[in-house]
Amino acid sequence: MIAITSIDGTIEGGLDERFGRAKKIILYDSEKQNINVIDNKLNMSASQGAGIQTAQNIIDAGVKVVISGHLGPNAFRVLNAAGIEAFAASNITVKEAIEAYRNGKLIKLTGSDVEGHW
Amino acid sequence: MKIVFASGKGGTGKTTIAVNLAYYLAESGKKVQYLDCDVEEPNGHLFLKPDYDNKTAVKVMVPSVDLDKCNFCGRCSAECRFNAIVTIKDKVLVFQELCHGCALCVRICPEKAISEEQREIGFIEEGSTVNGISFVQGVLNVGEPMAVPVITAVKKNFKEDYIRIIDAPPGTSCPVVKTITDADFVVFVTEPTPFGLHDLKIAMSVAINMSKLFGVVINRDGEYPPLKEYLDQEDIPVLMSVPEDRDIAEAYSRGELLLISLPGYRDHFKILADNIMKLTGKSL
Repeated sequence: MIAITSIDGTIEGGLDERFGRAKKIILYDSEKQNINVIDNKLNMSASQGAGIQTAQNIIDAGVKVVISGHLGPNAFRVLNAAGIEAFAASNITVKEAIEAYRNGKLIKLTGSDVEGHW
Repeated sequence: MKIVFASGKGGTGKTTIAVNLAYYLAESGKKVQYLDCDVEEPNGHLFLKPDYDNKTAVKVMVPSVDLDKCNFCGRCSAECRFNAIVTIKDKVLVFQELCHGCALCVRICPEKAISEEQREIGFIEEGSTVNGISFVQGVLNVGEPMAVPVITAVKKNFKEDYIRIIDAPPGTSCPVVKTITDADFVVFVTEPTPFGLHDLKIAMSVAINMSKLFGVVINRDGEYPPLKEYLDQEDIPVLMSVPEDRDIAEAYSRGELLLISLPGYRDHFKILADNIMKLTGKSL
């Protein structure tokens, strides 16, 4: 299963480049070809630790791959500990991001690429 | 008597007014203690120039998980309000900087796998100045996000029979609330600008919510009628007004006390002290 941060919860809509404070998370099951949407509102307004909690929710959902704009150090630490691969994409719809991932066109993140609270 | 200097907006002259009132009162023969609770950027020492004779570390408690006892049920992670602990299959990650030391995880762990360990986040320095002001400042280590434990540690050094001049951090969040909590009087130092007035209103609403007596000092007073109109309309006392004066800025930039470089301002601080006494009904 792939998790993609989304600005409106649709695959035609844009990818949200924020991870912890993304509006929605789209869960794409590549085998069943179906989609589930997680509302991330609670973390959007969290006073702290939004990236950590978003990562925890993604892990609990059974995701193996994350596609977002950027990852801060705490979010990366959680995803990395859970063995989840993270890929960066920008200025792209969720659908395009999934296609780009399948075609091996996205860059894999090997560490956080932004500071916390960027 | 505990007098807190706060502002809302940063850079209005909180510290300038606080250190000079401390100096004025000490020169008038009072027992004065200056406590710098602006622990992210304590700068009262630049003007009061204390000699330190004691330095102590400030430590907070953070959880330590015994993985041999942990069954990775994830209860600690689910209950932590601060997102400071994460459970993943066979791992538990603790984010120490996010932990507020509430120890909820320690109490609710069904396996009793979590204990507390100490982490140093800053320090307290104590000393005194040449004219006898007892001085305490808290310093939060660079990169640490939580100021409140250091402010709490500063306040543990309160000297009961002293007039306590307390410099608060700017803003209106937890560190300011913590600093104001036990104040007898709050002095809001503001500047005559839209930004100054905007943040002053928010800061005063904190004091009103906490049922605190307060008044306003207008620093660098000049042309901005909305400030005085607002204070008049809300019936908020103006304790002192300091004019826009280049000599003050120059003395400040050299780290000098206003009352030493420009003794003509002594009467201003007498008025400030008198107004605080009048409003609190207590002598200084």
